Amino acid sequence: MKMAFLAGTLGLLLPVMGLAGEYDLTVDRVEIDTGDFVKEGIGYNGKSPGPVMRFKEGEEVSINVTNNLDEMTSIHWHGLILPFNQDGVPGISFPGIKPGETFTYKFPITQSGTYWFHSHSGFQEPDGAYGAIVIEPDGREPFRYDRDYVVQLTDKHPHSGDRIMRNLKMTADYYNREQQTVGEFFSDVSENGLMTTVKDRMAWGDMRMMKADVEDLQGFTGLINGKGPDQNWTGIFEPGERIRLRFINSSAMTYFDVRIPGLEMTVVQADGNNVQPVNVDEFRIGVAETFDVIVRPREAQAFTIFAESMGRSGYARGTLAPEAGMVAEVPELREAARLTMADMGAMEGMDHGSMEGMEGMDHSNMAGMDHSNMGQGSMMSAGGASDPFYAAGSGLVPTAANGGKFLSYADLKAQRPLYDEREPTREIELKLTGNMERYTWSINGVKYEDADPIRLKYGERVRFKFVNTTMMTHPLHLHGMWSILDVGAGQMNPVKHTVSVQPGTTVYMETEVDAPGQWAFHCHLSYHAAAGMFRKIIVEGGPETTQAAADEASIDKEGGDV
Amino acid sequence: MSRWISLVATAVFGLSVIPAVASAQERIQDTTARKMSLKVWGAQFEEFEYRYSDDDEELGVWSGDFFYGTDELKVRWLTKGEYAIEEQAYEKLENQLVVQTPVSDFFDAKAGLRFDTPDGPDRTYAVLGIAGLAPQWFEIDANLYVSKDGDTSTELDAEYELLLTNHWILVAALDAKVAFSEDREIGVGKGLVSTETGLRLSYDLIDRSFSPYIGVVHERKYADTADFVRAEGGNVEDWFAVIGARLSF
Repeated sequence: MKMAFLAGTLGLLLPVMGLAGEYDLTVDRVEIDTGDFVKEGIGYNGKSPGPVMRFKEGEEVSINVTNNLDEMTSIHWHGLILPFNQDGVPGISFPGIKPGETFTYKFPITQSGTYWFHSHSGFQEPDGAYGAIVIEPDGREPFRYDRDYVVQLTDKHPHSGDRIMRNLKMTADYYNREQQTVGEFFSDVSENGLMTTVKDRMAWGDMRMMKADVEDLQGFTGLINGKGPDQNWTGIFEPGERIRLRFINSSAMTYFDVRIPGLEMTVVQADGNNVQPVNVDEFRIGVAETFDVIVRPREAQAFTIFAESMGRSGYARGTLAPEAGMVAEVPELREAARLTMADMGAMEGMDHGSMEGMEGMDHSNMAGMDHSNMGQGSMMSAGGASDPFYAAGSGLVPTAANGGKFLSYADLKAQRPLYDEREPTREIELKLTGNMERYTWSINGVKYEDADPIRLKYGERVRFKFVNTTMMTHPLHLHGMWSILDVGAGQMNPVKHTVSVQPGTTVYMETEVDAPGQWAFHCHLSYHAAAGMFRKIIVEGGPETTQAAADEASIDKEGGDV
Repeated sequence: MSRWISLVATAVFGLSVIPAVASAQERIQDTTARKMSLKVWGAQFEEFEYRYSDDDEELGVWSGDFFYGTDELKVRWLTKGEYAIEEQAYEKLENQLVVQTPVSDFFDAKAGLRFDTPDGPDRTYAVLGIAGLAPQWFEIDANLYVSKDGDTSTELDAEYELLLTNHWILVAALDAKVAFSEDREIGVGKGLVSTETGLRLSYDLIDRSFSPYIGVVHERKYADTADFVRAEGGNVEDWFAVIGARLSF
């Protein structure tokens, strides 16, 4: 409500203030060099990642986007609150930008913080079409820093997006090279005994599911601001300075566990909204999320920014150093993550045979859990390995490499709530569904191509219940309206644009339906969204009612002509 | 039932997708590729190999397929052949054209035609089959064939991949044929006809596109079929050393 008021006020003031900016972006074929391989991709203004777009809160921006590709394109301003027809989703916000065409986006900047932008057409985003957005706030920020850097992560793969999708559809485990082997069988036997290991393998085999199914897409090179581990993106600092690092995960598929050995990080912002500061040693950043952290290196030495993929198949690396060329040690990748039966917890619709399998599994599962707990050793006793946003006993619960504090969603509390707390007007349950073997992904068992839009009413406060029945983690992104993540903090629940739902868990978020029009809602893993884990959301009513009525009339008329 | 009706309907309309009419509230209709069924193609050769038998017979052998379609409906062309290098003759040449649709989480049903055109008499069969992943990771392909003359037979293919490492893979494959009626002209007797058992050790050299392998294959004929082979002076049992590559595009 405050937002709307603020936007309204600014809208009135802006013409008077004349705070307006014009920006140009070209969408180009570019060459991407990761240090491991060179390939053609898509970028902005001749580069991938594109430029950092710097806006000021209250500004009225016009962004001229020229499509130099020979195919349609689009830009979605991820996390920005704007009129729906400026949101950049072809088929939902607008028709898209044709080859050779220049489309001018115009919208007021009503917020501040770290965001990003990317193409919402085909697989252009995994192919390189992404960039960062930094919005300077109108007022004073509740934390101090001397300099800031964007740290934009991605998982650059040698294959094109189309090829990856096709390979996954053909063979779902095409890119999975962390599968359980004969060697792992024998090492499990020596640790847990033959019978336990055999039972465990039989239980998973009965479900036809893989413990190793943590990352669909391996074989990528992790990039920081477009630089591979060997190219070593470096941010310069002077000892004693506070550095604000704006982490953005622009990956197609990869969650990263981020740490800077030797430095404590203070998380001050999540998805563009300030949070009450939390000191952590490591945090997991879901696909499409952003986290701003402040670090204060006091010594004149180099520090490695190490972002290890959740499944431990790859990493991105950069450096903070007083001088260019200085480097610090690069840690080894930790052991590959393994799912446990707990991650299968919410599986529904399984036949009787499978249920028997599940029962049979409980034993082996317990053994497996004990084993993984043992593996993590002292960290467990430090109490860092339970997280209410993971299934109890999940194999995915992260622990800090140094045994210290790992950020949980439960630690996130809004610095200043955007909305007044009120009872939701209704609840909508959405089951995240899929079939890993067929590589089909859907919501409530229905793919986007077969789905009707979800209809919300302007002025509602909707409570979304996300039930993850799959074995994968899904970062859910609602366009146009904020996702108030229920961490049990009431009024202080953090306000996000992307919410990760771990396997075997149920997550709630609330949305103040304050943006008329139609919006996209989807899993932000590129190949899950493309496979059908995607919905159109229509907000009925609202201030634009007259405009909507006009649109309706024209659509009806078109319909009549046919 | 409705699945089959929609299947037929989809087939009739040539895989075209009829977009749902947008409701009045929708500002624009999504007609992008995202709103349409994703069409995928793929080509795979499980076997593409040279075989050398224990009595010096040399064969070029392949077993592959090409598919195109959506999650709901695929068209698949399966091809299998055995070419005797010295005789310059196709001992076996089998092509199937089937449509395929999911019937459970892990299995597809298939229906189509099979054309056998080796050197020797030709045969055409109607095919009904299921293919998918059985518990404990067995890849299963089971088919029922009915020839134009009404001869029926069935074939079961089972395959298991053992991951020695994530790149060294040992593949065990079993193929068994059973005939419910005799087809003397092509040397098929009633009952268990033949088995082919293979063990291949492969290495994924380029992704999963090119995986060279070496292995052994054992072929055996049974019952009446074995008698027919003996009568013609052929081998009832053969061992082969094989070298080849698994291919996928």
